[in-house]
Amino acid sequence: MENFDVAIIGAGVVGVATARHLALTGARVVLIEKGADILSGASKANSAILHTGFDAPEGSLELICMQAGHQDFLDLMGPMNLSLLRTGAMVVAWTADQAEALGPILSAAHRNGVTDVLALTPGEVASREPGLSPSLGAVFVPGEHVIDPWTPFHAYAQQILAAGSTILRGVEVTGGHFDGVWTLQTTDGALTATTVINAAGLYGDRVEALLLGDTHFTIKPRKGQFVVFDKAAARLLSHIILPVPDARTKGVVLCRTAFGNLLIGPTAEETPDRDRPTVSTVELQALLNRARQILPALAEMPVTATYAGLRPASDEKHYRIRHDPARNWLTLGGIRSTGLTASLGLARHAAGILQAGALQEAAAPQMPNLSEHRPRDWHSPGHGGILCHCEMVTTREIRAALDGPFPPGDLGGLKRRTRCAMGRCQGFNCLGALEEITRGRLAPALGLTR
Amino acid sequence: MTDVLVVGAGPAGLAAAQVLVAAGLAVTVAERQPQAGGMPLTCGHSPYGWREFRRMMGGPAYAARLIDAARGADLRLATSVAAIHGDGSATLTSNAGTEILTPRKILLATGAREATRAERLLPGERPLGVMTTGSLQDMWFRHGALPFRRPVILGSELVAMSAILTCRQAGAAPLALLEQKDTLTAAAPYRWLPNLLGLPVHRGVEITDLVAKDGRLDAIRFRSGGKDHKIFCDGLILTGAFRPEAGLARMAGLAIDRATMGPSVDGNGRTSREGIYAAGNILRGVETAGWCWTEGRAIAQAMLADQAAPGHSKAQSVAPQIALLAGQGLRWIMPQAWHRGAALTLQLNADRPHRGQLVARDSTGSVVYTQKLTTAPERRVTLSPQLGSATGPVTLSLEP
Repeated sequence: MENFDVAIIGAGVVGVATARHLALTGARVVLIEKGADILSGASKANSAILHTGFDAPEGSLELICMQAGHQDFLDLMGPMNLSLLRTGAMVVAWTADQAEALGPILSAAHRNGVTDVLALTPGEVASREPGLSPSLGAVFVPGEHVIDPWTPFHAYAQQILAAGSTILRGVEVTGGHFDGVWTLQTTDGALTATTVINAAGLYGDRVEALLLGDTHFTIKPRKGQFVVFDKAAARLLSHIILPVPDARTKGVVLCRTAFGNLLIGPTAEETPDRDRPTVSTVELQALLNRARQILPALAEMPVTATYAGLRPASDEKHYRIRHDPARNWLTLGGIRSTGLTASLGLARHAAGILQAGALQEAAAPQMPNLSEHRPRDWHSPGHGGILCHCEMVTTREIRAALDGPFPPGDLGGLKRRTRCAMGRCQGFNCLGALEEITRGRLAPALGLTR
Repeated sequence: MTDVLVVGAGPAGLAAAQVLVAAGLAVTVAERQPQAGGMPLTCGHSPYGWREFRRMMGGPAYAARLIDAARGADLRLATSVAAIHGDGSATLTSNAGTEILTPRKILLATGAREATRAERLLPGERPLGVMTTGSLQDMWFRHGALPFRRPVILGSELVAMSAILTCRQAGAAPLALLEQKDTLTAAAPYRWLPNLLGLPVHRGVEITDLVAKDGRLDAIRFRSGGKDHKIFCDGLILTGAFRPEAGLARMAGLAIDRATMGPSVDGNGRTSREGIYAAGNILRGVETAGWCWTEGRAIAQAMLADQAAPGHSKAQSVAPQIALLAGQGLRWIMPQAWHRGAALTLQLNADRPHRGQLVARDSTGSVVYTQKLTTAPERRVTLSPQLGSATGPVTLSLEP
């Protein structure tokens, strides 16, 4: 039975960032993920925005983690060759009620320390975004940008492995007990760990109940559907367009992606289902209509992709942190929609609670660039030809992902590492070639064994 | 030095290259796949070549004939055109690296593909096993892999019948054919195929859920005839609903027709950008290989005529031209522009079976042309309407 200092359950953005932080303090970490790859639950489907926290609850842990996480990301970006598409954001009002809410949004932003936020007149909005349907004004947030939501976490995973820690994929925790140290039963055998961190996202409450016998919160999954428009649509917009939020949700965002597309979403649908991020024709059509209302020229633009994610919202709005020092237990739960930005900040917070040591120097892995605004692999010779034509993914990139230090577990993992089959044709032209190159490397396989 | 860059080495691109090379031009054909030939390569069982070579042959043999006929062109395989720039130059990339070409003219012949699951706004999860006929045939004919054994087929255009045949050849057993409309689209006798094979057919289908299990498709739920159905299956073949592969055209800033989803062209294949032409299925989804071959030749000849009369094409594309619009009853028409005095061959596609008249009205509302027309969505319709007196945009409609 292997012994670890820390076992982290769940390799979403929070689990991976926390595992990285603790591994880099010298702890022996095991990160346990039941999906075939990291980021395969709530973390695979988000709007990829690096937030400033301008609209977070004043004085909240969420705000602290977002701002720390944002800054940490900016610090890691250069050394790891990560991408940031500088866009800025505008909270745009189209109704009188929304216009009235802009003043309070502005002052809340300033109270949150996001002091560069300013008000824009309808004219200023129109000159910044000529394609937008006429508004009643906006609040401009210069510091909100778009990132590649996956590559950073693949970089962190490589650091976890390089530090001598362990990532288990396709392994589920089935039980465990604490008697001074934790013994965890998994589908891959038992292991021990001094401390357990619950970063199980949509299953956070159930993991608590399973291992502690009780749970301090209830996950109320909230489904978010998205529509991705053709790359030609990205030219129609420069800023992230945020709606004036209501009590329940941050609302539907329209923004470019780091991959050169334009995206609208998410919807906010309460659902009892924790495993089925389904899209629905009616909601997708409503998103399309909303997008075309905001930016009329989108009527001419085709849809590239649709997807849905389940956000691990809970019965309360704030982050659900439970530290049980008597049982060496920490839950990082209810991280509903700001986890991507806050992840590195949450990792810091967790390390603080657990009184982990200082971060040690670690080599920064050089990550392949997947973003459209910087040179891609196809720009340099010897790429072996383009395999995915819509996203211009080269054979060399696919091979590098498959043969790299942290290869994908399933097709989703390969897509997140390379962008293959994520473009206009959604694999029409490359599934055959992908099947051949990935034979024996992914589960489930793209082709059946004969 | 390249006179003409042809993008795409399918039937239209290769036919055009043959004509342009024969006229003495330096032609570069960029094909992103490792083999030239286009769609026929992935289709092992359709008869090709009657129109072009007066004999029937399989897709790959047909492709070889097209390639041979276009010899003399600089055929670059596994070479992608990454972008067409504002000055008419193009960035190509291949294993050898990137290269900028500055051709005098560009012909886009990038073909068509079937609508994706996303474009159809299908509901449910996103498991493996949901793919177009094109993907299935690429996997099976070119890579020898089979993605499923018990698929359901969505759609009833001719290509759905091709999907059924591919499945049988590959050892997969289709479980049912679902059609969202109330009638099957493919013409007789092809539409009898599912019945002949004992394949259950559901019409008026609304798919309500795709259910995944361990990452693969496990079941399809749908409504039809007022009832909820569930079929356990491991694949869903999305057939038909072809649309132009127009990504490069869109990114190059060409005017795109909302109805065809391909570049707007005049009768000579001229797009909205000087020196850029389009031919083949990029103009509309979808025509046969033979049709695209004919179209590629015709548009290459038009390019030669423009070349022979310098300034001619510019004059034509900026001179008053009359826009042609698809009205009621029509899914699309092409070309989308007509130059007064030029010959006009119009292709159109009805959005439903129709028996009545085709009526052309100009901007004043006057009827400038009528023609008796009986047609249906699966039928190819070509007409040569006389629009001599029309002023302003002309709208064509199907009327009783």
